[in-house]
Amino acid sequence: MWKRAMTGAVVLFLVGAAAYASFYIAPEERTMRVIQRIFYFHAASAWAGMTAFSICFVANLLYVWRRDEKWDSLGVSSAEVGLAFITVVLITGPIWARPAWGIYWTWDARLTSTFVLWLLYISYLLLRTLIEEPDRRALLSALFGIFAFIDVPIVFGAIRWWRTQHPAPVIMGGPGSGLEPTMRKVFFFSVLALHALMVFLIAERYRLEKLRTDLELVRREAEAT
Amino acid sequence: MTPPAFAPVGLRFENIDKRYGGLLALRGVSLSIAPGECVVFAGRNGSGKTTLLRIAARLVRPSKGSLSFPGELSKEQAAAIRPGFVAHATMVYDELTAEENLLLFARLQRVPQPEHRVDALLQEVGLSDRRASLVRTFSRGMRQRVAIARALLHEPTILLLDEPATGLDPQGVTWLTEAIRRLRDSGRTILMSLHGESEISSLGTRAIRLDAGSIVADTRTGATFRSILRFADV
Amino acid sequence: MSLLPNTAVLLGKELRTEFRSRELLTTTIVFILIVIVLFSFTFDPTSDESRRFAPGLLWLAFLFASSLMLQPCFLREQHNDTLSALRLSVSDPFAIFLAKLIANTLFLLLTELLLLPLFATMYNVPVLSVLHWLVLVFFLASLGISIAGTALSAISAQARMRELLLPLLMLPLLTPILVASTEVTKALFDRAPYVQWKGIGFLAVFDVVFLTALWLFGEYLLEE
Repeated sequence: MWKRAMTGAVVLFLVGAAAYASFYIAPEERTMRVIQRIFYFHAASAWAGMTAFSICFVANLLYVWRRDEKWDSLGVSSAEVGLAFITVVLITGPIWARPAWGIYWTWDARLTSTFVLWLLYISYLLLRTLIEEPDRRALLSALFGIFAFIDVPIVFGAIRWWRTQHPAPVIMGGPGSGLEPTMRKVFFFSVLALHALMVFLIAERYRLEKLRTDLELVRREAEAT
Repeated sequence: MTPPAFAPVGLRFENIDKRYGGLLALRGVSLSIAPGECVVFAGRNGSGKTTLLRIAARLVRPSKGSLSFPGELSKEQAAAIRPGFVAHATMVYDELTAEENLLLFARLQRVPQPEHRVDALLQEVGLSDRRASLVRTFSRGMRQRVAIARALLHEPTILLLDEPATGLDPQGVTWLTEAIRRLRDSGRTILMSLHGESEISSLGTRAIRLDAGSIVADTRTGATFRSILRFADV
Repeated sequence: MSLLPNTAVLLGKELRTEFRSRELLTTTIVFILIVIVLFSFTFDPTSDESRRFAPGLLWLAFLFASSLMLQPCFLREQHNDTLSALRLSVSDPFAIFLAKLIANTLFLLLTELLLLPLFATMYNVPVLSVLHWLVLVFFLASLGISIAGTALSAISAQARMRELLLPLLMLPLLTPILVASTEVTKALFDRAPYVQWKGIGFLAVFDVVFLTALWLFGEYLLEE
C-alpha cells in the first residue's frame, strides 16, 4: 500500500517537474511564444500513448499464444491508458491551434492520423463491452487489437503521403522545425515523466482489472450453483 | 464378423477442464475409450455431454487437459482423424439441396468418387427421391437424416452422436438404431449422448453418467447400465 | 495440400448461394444508389465541384455499402451451425476465409462495375478512357475491403449489436484504402488523367499485409 503511494508520489513529482520545466526552464519560442509550451505535453503524450498501444499489441499477441488471462488484463489496461494519452493529444492540438491559427482543427496529417488511432482503440474497448463471455472477449479483442495495431503505421503512412500535399497549417511547426538544446532536454524530460505516469497508470488499472475479473469469477460461480 | 477394413481407434481424455466464464462445464474429466466401444453418455441438460462430444470432435478447445487417439497410428494419421459428428443443429445449408449439401462436404473431405458415395448415402437414408429439393423444405426428421448422411460421408472410424434421435419418428428411430448397430458391428468407435433408455441406448457396450461436468458413474467401474440410464433425467 | 481445392469447392458454394437468391447483390446495389443520390443533395453535382468530390463520394459509398454487405458473411454460418460442419470438413481453416474473401471481392467488384456507368453519367465524369485503370483500382481496393471485412465479420458475428459493430470495426481500419483509392481515382478523373502508381502500390501492400495477418491468425477467429 505504501509502496504504491510512494511510487504515485514520485510519478506526480516527475510530472510536476516536467510541467515546471516546460513553463519556466524552456526558453520561449520565437514565433508562437507562450502557447508553444503546450508542445511538451502534446508531443510527449503522443509518445506515451504509442508506447502504451505497443504494450497492448504485445499483450494481445501473448494472450493469443498463451491464453493466460493476465495478458488480457494487461491488454485492456494499456489500451485504456493509451487512449487517455491520445485524448490529451487531441485536446491539446486545438488548444494550441486556436491562438496560433485562429481555428480549432486543421486536419493536419498527424492529428488526423491520431484521430483515426483514437477511433481504432475506442472500437477495441467497445468490442469488449459487447462480448459477455470472458474467454471469447479476451481472444476476439486480442485479435482485433492485433489487426488494429498492424493498421496504425499504414494509416499514418497513407495520411502523411497524401494529406500533406494539401496546404494546411501544420500543428507545432511540422517535422522540419528543430529544437534548441534546452528545449530538447525539457522535451525528453517530459517524455520520461509521462512514460513514468503511463507505467504507473497501467499498473494501477491492471490491479483494478485483476480485482474485477476475480470478482466476476466468484459471481459467475455463485450464479451457476 | 468380418474384421474392419480400417484401423480401429480409441480416444483418451486426460484431465479435461472446459471453462465458460465462471462456469466449469467439464471438470477434470479423464476417460479412456477402447477402439470399437459403443459408449452411451447419460446426464441432465448442462451436465457436459455436448461439451465433451464437441471436444472429441475437436471443435472446442479444452481449457485444460488433452485429447488423444491411442492406437496404431502415426502422428499424421492421428492429426488427420475426422470423427463423424451428428449434433443438435443439423449443420447443413437450408438454401442448398440435399444432394448439393452432401456433395459439398464430400468434396471438401476429398471423399473418392463423391457422386457415387452421395448417391449411396441418399439411398441409405431414404432421401433419394428428395435429393434435388432444398433442405429448407424438409421436415425435422428429414433434416436429421441429411445430417446423419453428412456425418457418414467419409466413413469415419469414430462417430459422435449428440441426441441423434431428436426429431425422428418411430420408423426413423428404428432405421437409425439399425444403422448404428451396423456401424458398431463393423468395429467403429461410437460415443452417443442420450436422454434415457431407448432402442438406441440398448446398442451401447458401456454407459457413463455425467453430472455437473464430472463422471459420476461408469459401467466399467461397476455401475449397471440400467441405473445409469434410468436416473438420467432426475 | 488441399487448401486450394477446398477453397475452390467453398467458393463454388458461396457463389451458388448468392446467385440463387441474389439478396446481397441487390440490396448492396440499391444501397449504393441511394447514397449516391443523397450525396448529390449536398453540393452542386453539375459543376466542377463534382469532379473534385466525385471520387471521394464513390469510395465512401462503396465503403459504407461493404460494411453492410459483409455482415451476413459469418452470421449466416451460425444458422444450423454450418460453420462447425465446415471446420470439421476442411483440413486448413484458412480455406474458409479465402473462399469467402474471394467471393466478397467478386461481389463488391460486380456492384462497383454495375454502378460505374450510372455514377459517371450522374456526376459527369469521364470513365471510358481510363476504364481499365479504374477496374484495377476497384479490384485492389475491393480485395483489401474484403480481406479486412471478412476477418472482422468473423469477430462481430460473435458479439452483440453486430449490425452496428461491423461498420464500427471496419471503417477506421479501412481509412488507408479510402485515402489511397480516392487519390488514385481523382487522378484518373482529372482533365489530364494519369495513373498514380504510388496509390496502386500502396493498395497492393495493404492487401498483402492483411492477407498475411489473416493467414496467421484466421484459425483463432473461428475457435470455440
